[in-house]
Amino acid sequence: MTDMMESVVPRIIFVQADGSQSEVEVSRGHQSVMEFALESGIGGIDADCGGSAVCGTCHCFVNDPHMFGAIEPNEEAMLGLRPDRENNSRLSCQLSLSDVSADTTITLPEFQM
Amino acid sequence: MNAPTHPFASDLTLPLTEIDVADPKRFELDCWQPLFSRLRKESPVHYQTVGDLGPFWSISRFDDIVEIEKNAEVFSSEPSIAIIDPLPELDIKNFIAMDEPSHSLQRKAFQPVVAPKNLTEFESLIRSRTRAALESLPENTPFNWVELVSRNLTTQMLATLFDFPWEERQKLSMWSDAAVSDERITGKADLTLEERQLMAVDIFESFSKLWQERLDDGVESFDLIRLMQKDPNTKDLINDPVMFIGNLLLLIVGGNDTTRNSMTGGVIFFNENPSELEKVRNDTSLIPSMVSEVIRFQTPLPHMRRTVTRDFEFKGHRMKEGDKVVLWYCSANRDDDVIKNPDSFVIDRESPRNHASFGFGIHRCMGNRLAEMQLRVLWEECLDLFESIEVQAEPTRLSNNFVRGYSELEVVVKRN
Repeated sequence: MTDMMESVVPRIIFVQADGSQSEVEVSRGHQSVMEFALESGIGGIDADCGGSAVCGTCHCFVNDPHMFGAIEPNEEAMLGLRPDRENNSRLSCQLSLSDVSADTTITLPEFQM
Repeated sequence: MNAPTHPFASDLTLPLTEIDVADPKRFELDCWQPLFSRLRKESPVHYQTVGDLGPFWSISRFDDIVEIEKNAEVFSSEPSIAIIDPLPELDIKNFIAMDEPSHSLQRKAFQPVVAPKNLTEFESLIRSRTRAALESLPENTPFNWVELVSRNLTTQMLATLFDFPWEERQKLSMWSDAAVSDERITGKADLTLEERQLMAVDIFESFSKLWQERLDDGVESFDLIRLMQKDPNTKDLINDPVMFIGNLLLLIVGGNDTTRNSMTGGVIFFNENPSELEKVRNDTSLIPSMVSEVIRFQTPLPHMRRTVTRDFEFKGHRMKEGDKVVLWYCSANRDDDVIKNPDSFVIDRESPRNHASFGFGIHRCMGNRLAEMQLRVLWEECLDLFESIEVQAEPTRLSNNFVRGYSELEVVVKRN
């Protein structure tokens, strides 16, 4: 039973704007989804500011918004400037990898600015 | 006795309280680095009472600037984002010097034109114009790179974005220069107040004409004027001349002075660091990273200013309501707590985009991807066309604490 529990590692399915997909198993660690994506070689994220929620260039769309912590005012302010803002928009630098409790899909936008 | 070699040789010895951090001459002589290095170490949150523009706070560390820009409620962008306040006789307003919610409402109207998706449409046009400008340069004869390349290309770009009458496009760069030539930031009386007022009238008249011509003409276009007319938040902007002129000037300066000087800076940096040029010649996939490094190393706008909205303690310093806080981006870009080996020009550094030149937070540069694209295209074409671009003499730099730039750079180019 224990063995089975440990073997269930959630995956993030990253979907690029052109529809191409990459599935990555979530490794343990206290990273943000942005850092994890960059380390995993996922394209479509610029992350100019390196994770301070002050540039807006790690924008993504999450399929399971409830899985992650609430949007803080700083993140909201930066998302508010995106011309392609949607209800499920997030800055991936503000998403904690440890919140990924089950397989989930994250879609990258057409561009970062 | 050894006499000081230049007027700022005492920057490392005078008490900091006696130094005017904002002296525009320091940028003209390009000797600002030692003072800011000292400020970062000794007084990163520094209050100055001396000088014509004091009193104000100077923030010199990267992380402190990020923290302040995150807190737009306490650190307001009104009434000005430069050290100086607007003159009552020339009080134009624009969205970069506005707080929420008005700022975002107006900014959003302009943002689509510089979104990368839209830029892709522009790229081939920019490339062919860049190519044509470079091909027309004299070979083996000295010329001013600022005039024939940097200024020429950024003016063309602006005319394209506004769909401005092509034959009158020089007006755009003339207005841009005038907008940042307030003698309080240049230390020189280039233009009188009256001349600058007349120019504001000229801007209003020129753009009003274009506005009227395009109103409801049914043409589908992404030019900035039609975008303003389409967006509910800016469609009546023409009825508010102060805001209309202000936003136009913001877009003109933002799209002109900044990239123009990075276009010149890159040539200088490569002449000073030939091995970096070799790297990019051998591997052109490094061009985007090189572009970010040029923008960092140049820091076309050395500062932005905020104003404290209520008494506030920052890093143990008590700031008072109304205090001016100057964020020195030029210093943040040389902060070795964040940027490794910051005084070196390294085109393949780790995280090249992590620089302060575009600012941070809600007022972060809107045209950053356009600027990067223009510079990328310029260097792709330069590397393809030229064997060398040799600097012939020290550049002439602007005496200006708001724009770090050049008026002249004499070069000789050799074709491949």
